[in-house]
Amino acid sequence: MTTLVGVLSFVAVLALAVILGYLVVKGASSLDWNFFVKNPVPAGQAGGGVANAIVGTVIIVGVAALIGLPIGIGTGLYLAEYGSGRFGWIVRFVADVLNGTPSIVVGIFAWTWLVRPMGHFSALAGSVALAVLMVPMIARTTEEMVRLVPHSLREAALALGYPRWRTSLRIVARTALAGILTSCLVGIARIAGETAPLLFTALGNLNFSSSILQPMQTLSLQVFTYGTGPFDEWHRLAWAAALVLMGLVLLLSLTARWALRSRHGAAR
Amino acid sequence: MDDGSPVAPDRPALVGRNAVDRLYRAALTGLALSLPLLLVALLAELVASAWPAITRFGVRFLWTSVWDPVAGVFGAAPMIFGTLASSLLALLFAVPLALGVAIYLTEFSPKWLRQPVAFLVELLAAIPSVVYGLWGIFVLIPFLRGYVVPPLRGVLGWTPFLQGVFYGNSLLAGGVILAIMIVPYIAAVSREVLLAVPSSQREAALGMGATRWEAVWTAVVPYGRAGLIGAVILGLGRALGETMAVTMLIGNRHDIGLSVLQPAYTMAAAVANEFSEATTNLYLSALFEVGLILFVVTVVVNALARLMIWRVARGTAVGSRAL
Amino acid sequence: MAPPADARLQLEAVRLTALYGRRAVVKDVSILFPAHSVTAVIGPSGCGKSTFLRCLNRMHELSEGGWVTGTVLLDGADVYDAGVDPVQLRRRIGMVFQRPTPFPTMTIYDNVAAGLRVNGGRSRGEVDAAVEQALRRAALWDEVKDRLKKSALDLSGGQQQRLCIARALAPEPEVLLLDEPTASLDPAGTQRIEELCHELKHRYTIVIVTHNLQQAGRVSDYTAFFYLGDLVEVGRTEELFTKPAQEQTEAYITGRFG
Repeated sequence: MTTLVGVLSFVAVLALAVILGYLVVKGASSLDWNFFVKNPVPAGQAGGGVANAIVGTVIIVGVAALIGLPIGIGTGLYLAEYGSGRFGWIVRFVADVLNGTPSIVVGIFAWTWLVRPMGHFSALAGSVALAVLMVPMIARTTEEMVRLVPHSLREAALALGYPRWRTSLRIVARTALAGILTSCLVGIARIAGETAPLLFTALGNLNFSSSILQPMQTLSLQVFTYGTGPFDEWHRLAWAAALVLMGLVLLLSLTARWALRSRHGAAR
Repeated sequence: MDDGSPVAPDRPALVGRNAVDRLYRAALTGLALSLPLLLVALLAELVASAWPAITRFGVRFLWTSVWDPVAGVFGAAPMIFGTLASSLLALLFAVPLALGVAIYLTEFSPKWLRQPVAFLVELLAAIPSVVYGLWGIFVLIPFLRGYVVPPLRGVLGWTPFLQGVFYGNSLLAGGVILAIMIVPYIAAVSREVLLAVPSSQREAALGMGATRWEAVWTAVVPYGRAGLIGAVILGLGRALGETMAVTMLIGNRHDIGLSVLQPAYTMAAAVANEFSEATTNLYLSALFEVGLILFVVTVVVNALARLMIWRVARGTAVGSRAL
Repeated sequence: MAPPADARLQLEAVRLTALYGRRAVVKDVSILFPAHSVTAVIGPSGCGKSTFLRCLNRMHELSEGGWVTGTVLLDGADVYDAGVDPVQLRRRIGMVFQRPTPFPTMTIYDNVAAGLRVNGGRSRGEVDAAVEQALRRAALWDEVKDRLKKSALDLSGGQQQRLCIARALAPEPEVLLLDEPTASLDPAGTQRIEELCHELKHRYTIVIVTHNLQQAGRVSDYTAFFYLGDLVEVGRTEELFTKPAQEQTEAYITGRFG
């Protein structure tokens, strides 16, 4: 039996190796300088790159983080500082439930709230959808990180005449900062790869665009359109875009882990 | 008390109110309020947008199979079937694997191996859905076609589950990719549930002369049962709502069939594929109703899972890092 | 030594009852802490002595379900009065806990300055001077003066505890509450803290909770004995230890229980 569970673990790790392996092999061969600096060329032609998608990903995810992180961190602080009552229980429960909401549902929600009234697709709507996905997760992880701060520190600050807000921000949140940053990075990593909520919001764009009120391309949308398209050249670019996207996500995840480790000595 | 003694001039007055404190609390409360409001807004918006379809088709929407945008007749039964079928198929593959990983990591693996394997499994959870989809199209489907389906047919070809020509995009491909996607998720949550089982449970069984395995089977797993079931249900919630990879692999055909080799459809995939093509208000409304059903189902499933997990690991944000 | 201007300051608990929910852990305690003296609060664990101490600077009400009846008078002013800001109160009553609690993200200097900065209105030079003075009073200056910008976590346990005392002293409180301050220290560290009590009582009114009877005898002028939430007896330390009035007190100090 012990061997069996060991083998099962091995299989799970093997799956990761196979997926990453293919990604690297198929993607790396298509990566070149043009891939990063050129925009897509018309269908069927060779060459071109995904510069617009890279920039688009950074902009959309960045705006989403600007919206989502403050709300998420604030909610997490609320749960850790004042969340022992009934309202806290409700917020915690809703956060966990929203954490499992299909991202496509959030996508059509953002469509009804932003795209329909504005009359056209926009990167901003995509950012809002991603922010909605981000908040519950950031809230819960922030809460966990803040709770790791010993209660004695909070008491020491209060006994020193610190007001509650200052204790919370200057002592408690400051002490948990590495953990909070980690949860932010993990949250950003997660939304960076999201595609479904962007289908009817950011939509995608074949050209370069940096206006958040206009449709915008992202790496994830690029992988979807090119991966499901009919041309070999597109498939090649899809693998390359997937590799870059995965690299971005891994970089964020690893940085997050490293940040936590360097503070606490060892990750949990 | 006061007998006229001079009070030191720099002694601060006790009287005062900390207005900033109250402001701080109010601000945080306002931010926290955003989550319940969001849930209510999501629900309200979906119901409002789906209302034309709801009033037009009633509950019939759930079990009729005709999906004809031109005639303006919509029934979601094939998508509901496909969603359930692909998710259950995924659970069938994923649950043994995920529980095996979790039990191995918490109970049997050498200490030095725990962190790296847990980390690698969590990395699987970090891979974007669309990348799984891409991998599924170009690696998984050829693999299934070449090495899995022929021998499977050889053994079980007579059952209704393996009928028809296998083109690639199918219930099977969708189920397998979903399984791969939810393994890390179920494994991570189960692992945290098992870690929350007090070691006294384990030691009590070992102290009575049980082997490691008997201890796991008779003490640890029963103690964490509610949490483990919760982890599986959580995985189910993920699978039900998963969009991109399934859309890219399941074949997207409005049909109900028992054969896993045939294309099928899921609710999430239908919304993803057809939402931007919906030309009439009724069509759009029908898609909103599909979204609404999906939302309600996942909310219920997730709420159930959370309550079960909280019974073992009280109030913790179990698995939130693995999301 | 001329008595300071606030020689008349005193701290007094009047019919103070502390509760968690409906459970009273300190019952109807009235006691007066004379200015510029050390009062030890002793008793077996669970007797409510720490909770009592936390009522004096209104920390008890921060605990889950914690509330009080009766009151505490500081200088004759009711600290539980509706208009009183507990934050202001705690700036006048410093507190040191069982375990050292240096702020881990701050340097040694910043730790001591923390209580000053929260009050604001001081120039850099004034803060520098106040930090040095507090560290000197806590007998830590010579050991840390060359590494003020280092993390407070680099200090030993005993040094950390004296740092916490310095941090409590820096804002110039009138009262110092010590909650088993030597519980986690080795004998040498304990001795330093006890010596400090003697030096500091000339400037501050000190209340020290301890479960160590020898320590109470060594450092305090007055001793209060708590048992099961009741104040059994209070008096001058040598009297309480040599001829206790209550049987329970005698039983405790002769080691028959506790």
